[in-house]
Order: sequence, then C-alpha cells, then structure tokens
Amino acid sequence: MAKRIDVSGLTAYYGSHKAIEDISMTVEPRSVTAFIGPSGCGKSTFLRTLNRMHEVTAGGRVEGKVLLDDEDLYGQGIDPVSVRREVGMVFQRPNPFPTMSIFDNVAAGLRLNGNYKKSELGDIVEKSLKGANLWNEVKDRLNKPGSGLSGGQQQRLCIARAIAVEPNVLLMDEPCSALDPISTLAIEDLIGELKERFTIVIVTHNMQQAARVSDRTAFFNLSAVGQPGKLIEIDETERIFSNPSVQATEDYISGRFG
Amino acid sequence: MSTAVADKRPSSTLRGASLPKWSPYAIAVGSVAVAAGIGLAAGLDSRIQWGLIAAILFVLGTYVISARVEGRRQAKDRVATSLVWVAFLLALLPLVSLVWTTVSRGVKVLDVYFLTHSMGLISDTEPGGGIYHAIIGSLEQVGLATVIAAPIGVLTAIYLVEYGRGNLARSVTFFVDVMTGIPSIVAGLFILSIMLMFDMQPFGFAGSLALAILMMPVVVRSTEEMLKLVPNELREASLALGVPKWRTILKVVLPTSIGGITTGIMLAVARIAGETAPVLLLVWGNSLINSNPFEGAQQSLPLYIYQQYQNSQGSGAAYDRAWAAALTLIAFVMILNLVARGIARWKAPKTGR
Amino acid sequence: MDITTKNTEAPPPAPQPTVAEQKRAARGATRPGDRIFLGLSRGSGILLLVIMAAIAGFLAYRASIAISKDDANFLTAFEWNTGLLPPKFGIAVLAFGTVVSSIIAMVIAVPIAVAIALFLTHYAPRRLRGPIAYVIDLLAAVPSIVYGLWGALILVPHMTGLFGWLDEYLGWTGIFSWQAGAPRSMLTVGILLAIMILPIITNVSREVFRQAPQMIEEAALALGATRWEVIRMAVLPFGRSGVISASMLGLGRALGETMAVATVLSPSFTIQTSLLDPGGGTFAQNIASKFSEASELGRDALIASGLVLFVITLLVNGAARMIIARRKEYSGANA
Repeated sequence: MAKRIDVSGLTAYYGSHKAIEDISMTVEPRSVTAFIGPSGCGKSTFLRTLNRMHEVTAGGRVEGKVLLDDEDLYGQGIDPVSVRREVGMVFQRPNPFPTMSIFDNVAAGLRLNGNYKKSELGDIVEKSLKGANLWNEVKDRLNKPGSGLSGGQQQRLCIARAIAVEPNVLLMDEPCSALDPISTLAIEDLIGELKERFTIVIVTHNMQQAARVSDRTAFFNLSAVGQPGKLIEIDETERIFSNPSVQATEDYISGRFG
Repeated sequence: MSTAVADKRPSSTLRGASLPKWSPYAIAVGSVAVAAGIGLAAGLDSRIQWGLIAAILFVLGTYVISARVEGRRQAKDRVATSLVWVAFLLALLPLVSLVWTTVSRGVKVLDVYFLTHSMGLISDTEPGGGIYHAIIGSLEQVGLATVIAAPIGVLTAIYLVEYGRGNLARSVTFFVDVMTGIPSIVAGLFILSIMLMFDMQPFGFAGSLALAILMMPVVVRSTEEMLKLVPNELREASLALGVPKWRTILKVVLPTSIGGITTGIMLAVARIAGETAPVLLLVWGNSLINSNPFEGAQQSLPLYIYQQYQNSQGSGAAYDRAWAAALTLIAFVMILNLVARGIARWKAPKTGR
Repeated sequence: MDITTKNTEAPPPAPQPTVAEQKRAARGATRPGDRIFLGLSRGSGILLLVIMAAIAGFLAYRASIAISKDDANFLTAFEWNTGLLPPKFGIAVLAFGTVVSSIIAMVIAVPIAVAIALFLTHYAPRRLRGPIAYVIDLLAAVPSIVYGLWGALILVPHMTGLFGWLDEYLGWTGIFSWQAGAPRSMLTVGILLAIMILPIITNVSREVFRQAPQMIEEAALALGATRWEVIRMAVLPFGRSGVISASMLGLGRALGETMAVATVLSPSFTIQTSLLDPGGGTFAQNIASKFSEASELGRDALIASGLVLFVITLLVNGAARMIIARRKEYSGANA
C-alpha cells in the first residue's frame, strides 16, 4: 500500500506571510523520513501540506506540486477529504476523541468510510491496536473512554486510529514531544515496525530520535526570523549525522544553534 | 485544463466525481425559480410561502443531485451546508425586515418638531405631536436607575472579586445569577406591591427602582469579569509598597479596569432603556410634559410606542408616531452599544488571552 | 505534576479563592479606610440578597391576600373575574398559553440558532464571521417593544397566507385548523418570540462551538472526515450542554416576555386547541393587558399570577445555571 511522495517547487503561505519556499524532495515508500530544523523553520507546515491540512488554518494556501505515486494532491478535481483518508496523520499532542470509547476511537475512521459489519469492525480494531502495540494494555477495557489512558497510551491509540483506515502514508508531527522517555521509546519501536507497511514522515525536535528511527533525514532552516523556511538538504540519515554536505546542517547537528 | 472527462478516471482513489463549484448557486437559482412557478400557479400570495418552498426545494435538490453524482457522504455534507445557509438566510429575513421597516417608516414623521414637542392635547388618533415628554421621562427614569444600580453593582462586584469568600459571597453570586433571569414585569410587580401597601400613585422614580433591579445583576456580572482580568501582580505590587487595600482597589484596580466597567454599565443602560413592562405598571404614561420624576405619571419612550400602538384604533398617524419613536429608541440603544463596544476595544487590557 | 493529579482526583473545594490573596484581605480590614470600604462593598452584596428576599416576600404576601379571597381554584380555574362577588380567577389558561408559546418559540429558534452558530464558526467566509456576529450582538439589544410593534404591524399580516396553507394541508390534525379571524394566535406569538430569542441563543452557542478543541477537530479532519462529519464528531459533542443552557436562557426570556405578546396576541380566557385560532394568554401579557382597569383585588390577583411566573423562570434559569456549572467542572477536569 505504501506510496512514494514527490514534492516539487512547493511554497506555502499564511495569508501574505510566506512560511516555506520552493521545497522539492522525494520520500521513498516503506521508509522513515525525518524532518529536523530549528523552531519556526516550517517543517510542521510542510508536513501539513502533504495531506492538505495546511489549508484548514486561516489564510493557509499552497503553490507547487505534491505527487503521490504520480497523482498531484493539489491537482484539479482532487478531493481533500479523500487525500486525508490516504495520508494519515498523528499529532503533537495525543488527541483521541474524548467523548468516544477506545473501540470507537479506533473505529471512527472506518465508520466514516463505509459500512462494516460489527465483526469486521472488531477484527480491524484488534488488528490496529495490535499494530500500535496497545492491544494487550486495553483489550479488557475497549468500552472505556480513550481519555482515561496515559499520555503514551493515548498517542498509540491515535496511531491505531490512523492506521485502521490503511493509509498509504503516515505523517507524524512531533509525536513524542508531549511524552515521557519510556512512552517515547515505545513509540519509536512502533515506528520501526510500521515502516514495513507504510511510508512514514516524522517531524522531530530531537536529533537523537531522528538518528534512531529514520532512514533519511531532511534539514530545514530559515535565514532569519520572518523569512520563509527552506529545505537545506536531504540525505541518508547516517550521512546527515556524520558528514553533511552543507555547513549549516553540521552547525545545527553539532548544537551550534537552534 | 483537463475537463470532466479526465475527472472521471476510475483508477484514482483521490478524485471522486464531484459537482462543479457553481452547482450550489445553480441549484439555488433553480429552486427559487421553481418555487416562484409553483407560487404563481397555485396562487400563493404570501412571499413567505414562496421562500419556504424554495428553501425546501433547495435542500432536497442538493441532496438528490449530490447523492447521485458524489455519493451519500458528500450529499450529507452538502445538505448540512445548505441547511446552515438556509437557516442563516431565513433568520436574516425577519431581522432585516425589522430594521428596514423601523427605519423607513420611522423617518416619516421624525423631525425636530417631533423631538421637541409633547403630545399635549392631541388625541392619539390625530396627526401631530411628538415625543419630547417621553424622552424627558426616559432620560430621568433611566438616569435615576443608573445612579442607583451602577454603584451598588460595581461595589458588589468588588466585594465578590476582592474580598468575597465563604457563604455570603457564594449566595450573592448565586442570587445575582437568579436575578439576571427575573422577567421585567415581575420586577414591576414587586415595586407595585410596595406601592399598594402605602397607597401610592404612579410616579417616575417607582419605574426607576424597578429598572434598577433589572440593571444591578447585569452590572455586577460585567464588572466582575473586568476585575478578574486585572492581573494579580498589579495588586501585589501595590500592597507590597504598603498601600492599604482599599486604596489599592481605588487607585490601581479600578483605573485599570475602568474602560470595561464603563462598557458594562452602558450596555446595561441600553438594556433597561428599552424596558416597557415595569414602566407600564409603575409610571402609567402621560401625554403631557412632567419633568418631576418624584411626583405624577410620566411618559417613557418604550411605553409611548406601546400606547401609540394600543390607542391608535388603526390610525395611521399613531402608527407613524410609534415607528418614529421606535427609531429614536433603537438609535439611542444602538449608539450606546456602539460607543460602549468602542470603549471596550479601545481600553481593552493588553493581556492577550 | 502534583497539581494536575490533585485536580483529576478531587476538584478543589467549592469556590476558588478569588483573585486577591486572602489572608491579607482579612488582616487588611483593620484600618478605618479598609473597614469602610469593605463595609460598603459587602453591604451592597447584602442589599442584593435583601432585594431578592423582598421580591419573593412582597409578591408572596400580596398573592396570599388575593388567593385567600379567590372563590375558584387559583391553579386550575379557567376564568379571570376579579370583579365578581365572590371573585373567581385561576391561572390555568395563562400557564397553558405561556408554556405553549414558549415551546413553539424553542422548537423554531433552537435548531435555527444552532445552525447559525455553526454557520458563524464553520461555514461563513472568514472575513464575514466577525461582522455578522457583531450585528447579531446588536440585534440582541433591540428593545422588545420594537419587536412587538413589528410583530403586530408587519408579521401578523404576513401570516395570513401561511395560516391558510397550514389549515388546508394540516387542518385535519386539529392543532393547525383555522377558523378565519386575524392571525393573532399562539403560533404567531411563538414565531415572534423565536425571532426575539434567536440572537441570544445564537450568541451563546457560537461561543460554545468556538471553544470546541481545535486538536480534536484536526483529528477528525485527518481521518478524512467531511466538514459535517467533523462537526458531528468533534464540535457537537462538546457543545451539547452549552446549547442546552443557552436554550434555557432563551426559554427564560420567552416565558417572561410581555410587550411582544401583548401587542400581537388577541387574548381571551379560553384554551384554544388550535395554534392558529386567536385566543389564550400568557402570564406577562395578562398582567400588562388587565392591569390598567384592575381594582385593588384585581392587582393582587395579577401579582399572584406574577409570582407563579417568577417561580417558573427561577426554576428554568436555575436549571440552566446548574448545567453551565456542571460543564465547567467537566471541562476543568479534562483541561
């Protein structure tokens, strides 16, 4: 199911403010690509352009192309709702639907997208919760509200919810920044397993995390506050962390700024 | 570039067949046209019916067309969108009509003469006369009510925010809430029952008392909100300098929030200025000028409107006067509102929420 | 950490300590200036309580005078003859009319208000949202007598066509039958009340919908939900109690509205089974219409009916406040 993403010449705005400028890159299927860079460099904005969530914010607007296996997400006649169904997303802070049970949270996307029999639904929910390494912890309380779980469990619940609809791509926006180290480890392990099935893009502030989980790393930077963020380079993670080709990348990674 | 043909490529999962962007407008125009046709054919003379038929056709049409082309989920989404739009336009209709009628009919007799003369001995069914006596009465009654209610309201709010704790504060908070919901006629009946005890005749100040009761809780609530916005650091800074608490409140807390408090009081004034029921019970109305609010029946603007309508016996002159008075009243209330909101924006505390 | 766990286990004891810190408040009240100021502000608060008690007390006292002289059952009698010897009056018709007109108003106003609130938070072009909300705010300030005048002179004539239509197609139900006569009936009153309470319900609902957490809406969007599905999954569940309390506030207004009913309704002391036939009455309207010709006993009787209205609105408003308070606790625990 995993698909390749080809971005070319992408520029995103908030009203008249240009947030990111002229970004081109390729994200390989069945791999983890990490976005790193100082705050405000537009990496989260860029991530949100990959499933057309950017235009949900007031004044959000995008130019350029994002090809998902040869199909432009911003092309004519494309339905953003279907795009988001194909490209799932996990957010910075865990956001399970507080009024729904654990089961209903995972089933939420499925219920939107078609008529499933109860048994089918149960199977998919179980499979997704197992896929998110959460099944053993919640199998006895599927009917309890999702907001009763710990932060790390809630985040894995959100991952289960996202993978239940079998998307082609999974976007993760700093998924561990609100979690404690042990939950973070659990999520990182999970990412390693999920890349067998999905194309994963993860934004992170934590360079060790990028080094641990990703195959390729993209470094974003901005020349000054108020200037648009730009892609500086993208390469194999190992190369970025050992021998980057741009000086700014090395400065950032060695902790000289950011 | 690529047209409808390309849009229907079945291989893609990202593009469902979708209606063109102009389709809601087309459906809207179509349903209005059909509704007009039905209206003419069936001889329905009320435009309200035409509008209702058009609205129903629009919602149904959207659902059917969208369900056939785009599928059920999109159809539901479009129906929700069209229902929301229809509700908005439907609600707009009476509100626009209200404003439009008041203005267009109100300007007929509204002139300087109208504003500066009382009804005198002119009968309610004849043309002529004015609202001078009503304006005087309104200003006096509302002014007195404000003089009573504003200090009590502000002081109560200060008590609740700066001192209040324990059972007394809790019950005051609760009863302020309860008081907000008192119907204006009940406040009037309360004062009336006191007047009955002492066998008093109607006079302007009795109306002021009822209006003050209606105004107090509004002032308390808005002032409370404003005082809570004053950052605690300011109070502590002043107290730490050895300034007594009451001077801290007077010199630091109140000046910081004075803009918001003024806004709240003005909005409350605007609200009671339009109250009719208590004035009807307690002040009675008077076609002559009585500038003494403590003796004898008075007039007030809202009561004048009611009495012109009630005593008109269908006379156009009385209706014209009622509309003109309504326009004056609305203008007064709106100006108060606009100025109050202006002050609020201008004096807003800079603490971003 | 510590604070949050405490919060989820047990909400802090009832009233939060107010903005000013407390110990110093207690000790500070020793200077003369402080004592006077505290006395003044506390006195104002107490005065408010006294006024509330006085309202209940005086109304109850005058009402008891009237009811003791009433020869009919005050709660169930279908007549209002305070001039008779012995006088006979009861509030059955008024209670019926008040409830019916308010129900009609709610049935019409609540769905439309919710739709407009959603329109303002999720559908309208962003640039228009602020101005429209502002205008609705202003409309909430239009005095009720102006609505009454508009209702009597503009709305009533426009209702004829609709009434004929309802009578023709739904007349068989009984509640929509119409025996000619001006359309100054409970339905017209209900519609006018709906128009009047629309702005306030819209405003409160809009506030509630705006506070629905953005995070949850984005979660629904990212799952591929359409706009309507986002609203159903992530907005309405949060807004439900807020909308209920907004409606209760609107209901409180509708129950106590005087002038708009007095101008539009052509009253009679009968219960009309059809909503289209003129007749009936409400507490507030009856007081306003009967007051000027009433004897002293007549006024006491009207005060007694006002007491009933007072109690009803207290119950409705109390219920609304309780719902709001519960919601605060709920959202506080989840914050």
